[in-house]
Formats: sequence, C-alpha cells, structure tokens
Amino acid sequence: MSEFSIIGKPVALVDAAQKTTGGGKYADDLSLPGMLVGKILHSPYPHARIRKISLRRAFAVEGVVAIVTGQDAPTSYGILPIGHDEHALVVDKVRYVGDNLACVAAVSESAAEKALELIDVEYELLPAWFDPEESMKAESDLIHENKPHNIEKEYHHVFGDPDAGFADADYVAEARYIANEVTHAAMEPHSTLASFEFDPQTGKQGRLTVWSSTQVPYYLQHKLSLVLDMPMSQIRVIKPLVGGGFGGKSEVIPLEIIAAVAARAAKAPVKITYTREEVFWAHRGRPRTIVDLKTGVKNDGRITAVRARVVQDGGGYCSYGPVTILYSGALLGALYDIPNVQYDGYRVLTNKPVCGAMRGHGTVNVRFAFESQLDEICARLKLDAADVRRKNLLKPPCITVNGLRVLSYGLPECVEKVAGASRWAVRRGRLGRGRGLGIACSHYVSGAANSIIKSDMPHSTVNIKIDRDGGVVVYTGAAEIGQGSDTMTAQIVAEVLGCSMARVKVIAADTDLTPIDLGSYSSRVTLMSGNAALRAAQDVRKKIEQAAAKKLNCAAEELVFRRDLIWKRGAEFEDLPATAAQGRIDGQILRGSVLQERKDQGARDHLSFEEAVVAAIDFSGALTGTGSYAPPADARGGKFKGAGVGPSPAYSYSAQVAEVSVDEETGQVTVHKIWAAHDCGRALNPVAVEGQVIGSVWMGLGQALQEEMIWKDGLLMNPGLLEYRSPSSVESPEIETFIVESIDPEGPFGAKEAGEGSLAATIPAIANAIYDAVGIRLREAPFTPERVLAALRAQKSQKKINMTEGVDPEQPETFREHGGSLWFRGKGPSRHPLDPAVRDDRVVEDQGAPITGEQD
Amino acid sequence: MKKELIELRINGRTHELASEPNALLLDVLRQDLVLTGSKRGCDDSSCGACTVMIDGVPMLSCALLAASCQGQEITTVEGVAEHGGLAAIQQAYGRWGGAQCGYCTPGFIMTVKHLLENNSDPSENEIRQALSGNLCRCTGYEQMYQAVKDAVEAERKGLAAAK
Repeated sequence: MSEFSIIGKPVALVDAAQKTTGGGKYADDLSLPGMLVGKILHSPYPHARIRKISLRRAFAVEGVVAIVTGQDAPTSYGILPIGHDEHALVVDKVRYVGDNLACVAAVSESAAEKALELIDVEYELLPAWFDPEESMKAESDLIHENKPHNIEKEYHHVFGDPDAGFADADYVAEARYIANEVTHAAMEPHSTLASFEFDPQTGKQGRLTVWSSTQVPYYLQHKLSLVLDMPMSQIRVIKPLVGGGFGGKSEVIPLEIIAAVAARAAKAPVKITYTREEVFWAHRGRPRTIVDLKTGVKNDGRITAVRARVVQDGGGYCSYGPVTILYSGALLGALYDIPNVQYDGYRVLTNKPVCGAMRGHGTVNVRFAFESQLDEICARLKLDAADVRRKNLLKPPCITVNGLRVLSYGLPECVEKVAGASRWAVRRGRLGRGRGLGIACSHYVSGAANSIIKSDMPHSTVNIKIDRDGGVVVYTGAAEIGQGSDTMTAQIVAEVLGCSMARVKVIAADTDLTPIDLGSYSSRVTLMSGNAALRAAQDVRKKIEQAAAKKLNCAAEELVFRRDLIWKRGAEFEDLPATAAQGRIDGQILRGSVLQERKDQGARDHLSFEEAVVAAIDFSGALTGTGSYAPPADARGGKFKGAGVGPSPAYSYSAQVAEVSVDEETGQVTVHKIWAAHDCGRALNPVAVEGQVIGSVWMGLGQALQEEMIWKDGLLMNPGLLEYRSPSSVESPEIETFIVESIDPEGPFGAKEAGEGSLAATIPAIANAIYDAVGIRLREAPFTPERVLAALRAQKSQKKINMTEGVDPEQPETFREHGGSLWFRGKGPSRHPLDPAVRDDRVVEDQGAPITGEQD
Repeated sequence: MKKELIELRINGRTHELASEPNALLLDVLRQDLVLTGSKRGCDDSSCGACTVMIDGVPMLSCALLAASCQGQEITTVEGVAEHGGLAAIQQAYGRWGGAQCGYCTPGFIMTVKHLLENNSDPSENEIRQALSGNLCRCTGYEQMYQAVKDAVEAERKGLAAAK
C-alpha cells in the first residue's frame, strides 16, 4: 500500500465540471435586481492636469443614474503601504493614456457610453515621459511631485566583495540586455459587482458586498475600507470563479474601487466589466527592463562575481514597483552559489499604464539576462553550458550570500533530467546550421516570507467544520484562480482525515465566511494555505481520534484513517476494497437502533467515518478544527534595507532545454520542443503540477518569441488579442515535463511552488538555442523576425535594414522612428487586381495573378 | 432602439423574447436568457470564448445578431452534457487538466465537439488546427490534446459497448 491515498494522485479539479458545463459563475456572469452598468471615462492624454470636469450634458442623458469623479472618493490608496499614490478616479492630473477620470452608472451600456461622450474635461497638457532612462533625468514636470527624477525607488545592494571577485576572475563578460513589456492577458476581463444594503437601524446605506475577479480578496476589502472610509467589518468581498490572473488581479484594480464608489452614489448595485482594451490599460504587467550585466568567471566556469544595474519602466503609479525591483535583485544571485553580488535597481515612473506583478514577478527579465550571459561565457571559454551550471550549484542546506535560506534544492536533478531527455551531450552543437539546443535554469519563491503589510498575523488560516452528516466543510481564504488551490486544499484535508474527496466541500475566498488569507500571489498558496489546511485537518482529526480510540478501545496513535474508515492498526483492513467503505449510515439512526445493534455485536475493530464523527460530536459537543501558517523566523531573510523581499520558506527550481530552428530568410524562429524539469518539492496533484509547468513554459515562450506591448507616445498600439498575440495551438511546441520531488521540510507533505518558477528559464533557453542554431546572440526579447533578421545581417556584415527608408521625411520623427513596415521602402505591396483599393485608372492586366509581395 | 419579438431555439428548447434588432447573440444568451456559459473575452472576435454551434457549425456568438439566428438550431455549452451526465469531452477536459481557470473552456468544448462530430479519429495536427481559433492563456494547450484523445478513446469504447 502506498504512503498516501490521495496526495500524489492525479485528481480532476474540484470545480472542473462547473467549468466544462458553463455552470460556474464568474464575476461578469452575476447580476442583481436593479443592477446598473458602470462605464469609465479614460484619459486620452499621457500627462495632463485636470482643470475642470463638467457633467451637466452627461447627466441629461436618459437612463443615467449617477456620475462619480475623483471628488467622490479622494482618499489615495495603493497595494503597498509605501505606495499610496492612486485614486479611484484622478483628483488632480492624469498620468497615462487610459487613466481613470469619471464613471457613469446607467440603466444600460448604451446610455452609459453616450453619457461618457458628453462629459467635458478641460486638460492642461504637460510634457510626458515615455523612456525610463530619459525619465530618470527629469528635473521638472515630475509625474509625482514627491518622486525626484521620476524614480519611484532605488536600491543598492552589495554582498561579498564584488571588486575582489572580478579581480579574481579569468574572464569577465559585460553586456546590456533588454526585455520588452508584456502583459497577463488573462482570458477573463476584470469585472466587479458592488452592492450596498440598508442598515435596519439607521435606514441608511450600510454593509457593502463586492463580487470581484480578484486574486487578493482580503487586500481588496482592506483598500475598499480605506477609500470608502468604512470599517472592514462592514465590507464583504466574495471572489467568484476567476478566469485567470497571472498577477493582473493581484492588487486592487481601479474598477474594483470605482464600482463601489459608483454604487454608493447611485444607491443601486453597479457592475463594471472592462472591455479588452481597458484590460490592457489596467495592465499591471511585466515592465520593460534594461539589465546591464557583468559576470566574472574562472577558466573552469566557476562564477566569481556578478554585478547588475537594472532599470524598470514602471508606468504612472507605484503599484508593486518596489517589490518587483527588489525581487530582481534578490533572485539574481540566489539560484547558484555566487560569492560576490552587486545590485543597483531603479524603478522608474513613466507616463504609461502601470506595471505590477506578473507570473515570475521580478525574476524573469533578469534571469533572461543572466542565463544568456552565462551561455555567452560558455561559448567564449568553450565550456559545456550544462557543466557550468553543475559547477555553480548551491550546497544546501545553506544561506545564500543575500540571506535566503535554502533547505531543498532539486536543481541538480532538474539539469540531469533535461540534459538526459534532450540528449544534450551528443546533440548540442551538432544539429547543423539552422537548428540548435539551448539550456537555462530558473527558480522562484513559494510565497513571500514577509507580508506586504508588516504584522505578526498568520499568512493563512483554515477552519474545518464536520457535522453529523459526515460532510467535511473547509473554510479557506485562499483564492482559486484556476491554479487548483481549492483542489489542493480538499486533497490535503481528505488525506489527513482518510476520507473521500467527495466528502470535502471547500468554501473559499469570502471575507464574511472564511478566515483571512493573503491571497494568490508569489506562488504562496500551496505552501502556506496548504500548511494551514494540513494543521486544521490534524486538529480536527485529533478530536475524532480521541472519540474513536475510546470506541475501539485502543490508543489514539494506533488508529488508521483511510477510505472513510477508522481502524486499529493491523493488516485486516489494509487490503479492504474501497467500495466496502461506501455504506451510508444516517447519523440520527445511529443514536438508536444501529448503535444498539453495534453494541450487541460486541467489541468493534473499526468505525465508519460517520460513526467516528458522531462519536466525536457526542463526546466534545462540536467538531471543528483550525490551523494557520506563518513563515518561520529564520526564513525571513537579512536585516538590510530591502531584505524583506526575496525570502521565502522554500524555493522551486527549474531547468529547461529548448530545441529551435531559425529560418534565415525570414528570421522566423520555430520552437520544436521544450524539455522542462521542475522541482516542486512534492507533486500533490501531478496533473495540476504538469499543467502549471507547461503553462509557465508556454507563457515564457510567448514572451520569448512574439508578445510585446508596442508604444507610440504613450499610446498602446496593440491593445487587443489580435495584435498582442499570445501563441495559438498551432504555434505551441510540444512541452515535455519532468517533475522532480525534493520533499521540502517546510512544505505540506514536502510541497513547494509549481505555478511560476518555470517561466523564467524558457526565454534564455530559447535565446541560447538560437545561438546554437545560427550563432547570433539576441539580447533583446522578444526574438521577433525583425530582430533575428537584423542580427543575421549584422553577422554577415550586410547592410543594416533601414526600417525608415522610404518613409516620408516630412512625417514627425516619432513616426519615422517606429518605421512601420518594410513595405514603405517602395511603392507598397502590389495589390491583387481585384482588391477594391486598386483604383480604376490602373489597368488590370492579369485577372488571375497571384497575390505577391514586394520583390525588392 | 425599439425591441422586437424574436424566437430562438437553444439547446432543443424554444425561447420567445423581446430584443433590440442590433442585439448580439452573445448578449441575448448571457443577459436575457442567463445562459452565461458562453463568455466574452475580447472586443474583436479574436478569442473564441463565446463559440456556440449554429446548425452544427461553430460560430462566434459575439459576431452574430440574435435576430439573424431565428429558425436555426443553437447549441451552447449548457447543451453539451448528455443523458444526464457529462459528455466524454467534458469529463476528459476535467481529468486531463484541459481546463484551468475555465474561462475559455466553453468555447473549446464547442470547438472540440464539432471536431469530433466530423472526425472520429483526429490526428494531433488536426486537433491543433481545429483548436487554433480559440485562445487559452493557462494551459499551453498541451493537456487539451490529451483530453481530446482521451475523449476519442472513450467514445470508441462507448460505441463498442453499445454494439
């Protein structure tokens, strides 16, 4: 018999049927009687002072119930206590195209939209900042008056002696890497429904209920309380099903507050759902990151020192900015054993939509730079890239140079798995020109050891209630966003109580019902909420044990909980088929005849789950259990400024090999296969873990090859899923996963994170594979055909393609810079003769001519 | 715009309702009939989350006028479960992790249903091609292929058992 009955088994998500039948409700699927539609007016300017907002004409539109502006909720907020620089609706000036000015609540979407057009805003335009390195030089026209040079935060960390480390190195590599901006693009656009109820005592608006697509119900409750000036106890936040987050719902998004402000003014429920374009403006994605990186190595590949200067283009507000820039530094030197690390990080404000947390928060772009540079070093010193990684491994248990405690470290096994499966040793560099292999590694936290708001509160708490019906109800604040947190919770509880999954009901993320949990971010749920669930289940099991031990006349330690039965340890029930445990016994009947019957049968050697539960309730009066988790003190990191970000109870590790081919004619990179090994401690649910790893790798693939937010003067040029293209099924390669289980002592059953850590390795693995294929080093992501082609031409010393050649020189410079397409080099593409754009005066010579592109 | 009476046949049942002539089928399904299984994921008919079947052909309900669908057989994700239980593809999507956040899942279920109705044994390439009109941001599609293959297998076993 295996060690566990449910842990480690592939289990369908507990809400899978709701999702496949369309029965599950997401925020936008909800409605209330009398509900109004809310629509937000967004700024068309990147940086402007608001002189006046006139609502007179808008109010005249039939069907408009309320219009709110910044004055209706002037208290500032922000996800970080040090970054309260946002307002529900702007009070003085707009800071990016898409910033929020006013909200109309009306009986229909069309009425609300009509009213938006009639709101008159007088702007005083201000010079705007779009490039972070330019923005850092700003002396005037600051985005926030209290942030000199538009620098949100800067951190300077030195660990060990970097100068000595570089002096000691045999070879030092230095280069600039850039990763452009990407966004979450979760399939569900954000949606919030807010409703007040009347207080029977005062007759006025009282309690507020908010249903929202959020990863952080508790933080939302907290910020609503702040902005609406209401006690937290009067606010209930309910998280329905959430259609993907990836970090885009991990802080309070403007519409969540605006909906409540509008509902308060309209005295009716208000629902706001973003259009897809608004989702792009709400953003909070991964910032464009400029990494100036220097790495020193000995001739054998041993790393002696690393120095990084990182500039992040944060957009118009603080958001998670300081955390992002700190993660970039904290995780830079902690994957391998690097004795000397210097980090200078700058989080810079610009007049663009706000960047925040996105899957692999802070680590991804810096990891791309580091793993690429390591590959460059290997090429230069003629070392094997997998070997160099083997040479620089940590030796856990250990504390890294920047104070991170590492207990479990599956990286060596990850490297062996992917090197073996891809036949790295015999295939690398031997696939012929145009095809290649690349390797890279990454890691990530399993939750932050220090919470955003400094306190001694537990990070997760779980309550369990078991009643006479034999049903196990688990109350957890953890936010299921599709990653499987409810399923993980049910599995852990069912495992401890030895009952079936069907018996366990998970009630999650409802601030009135469930205990506080910090939410779904930093991959914290499995480790933290999982530990809380484990402890709650052990707590309630103890109570059942006491009663059962009495009934079975044995010590509590001798009891086995399995397959909905409780028995005294011994061989007898070990092989009992599971079906034998499925008899239904009614709790009420037990009290009478069945109980008597059992008594007549004499001494018992086993109890059904229901019998044990009823006995425990009779014995102790009520059957509840509770458990909570706070990260241990020795995992909370060092004492220096900024030391709070980076420490985690445990770290996941990943290694990947990518196989690509490069079309030298078109610059198109095709990824054929990715082998990905991930150390998740223990896979509680292997199907879910594989799904998370594949999903991470795939999202990294998108950032590596095609996803990029393209800006023109602060205006997003591709705010739609057609233009911001994540890979479709035909562009997605086979991803073979290998689960590595290092059994971390801190995790529930040894589990660590699985949902984010793999993403960061994918981008450099592909970059390194491109180098292996055609010998070009791409230091700017994504590796689009344009960038690949430019690098290939440079390699052959061919003339650089001038993207602006042929563009009208009369056009503004900013337009020419963006260049547009190669078509502008000539008279444009030849059109099909039947194309309506072909003017009549052109002679149609050949009706059957195929569509051809420009041939020059 | 003035509402007009229309009659829609959805999942084998006829619904009579008043709707504006410019109302989209997706909005009528979601708002008037509270069939919220079909989702809105984009503004430009690019994501496929609203896919329904019109006379057996998968179409985007966000790009159809409700009034134009009168007299046609509309099948939404709510009409996929059969014989009082989950259809093979629904169960397989759950079992193989084909649905994570689930927001795109209704659209995929409709697309896959159409695929399997027209091709009882699709190759991996055919599956990829068929799914390429629907976007998913969670799964990387990999586990969906397994789900489709598993559903094909289940259908085959079901057919064999019925014989």
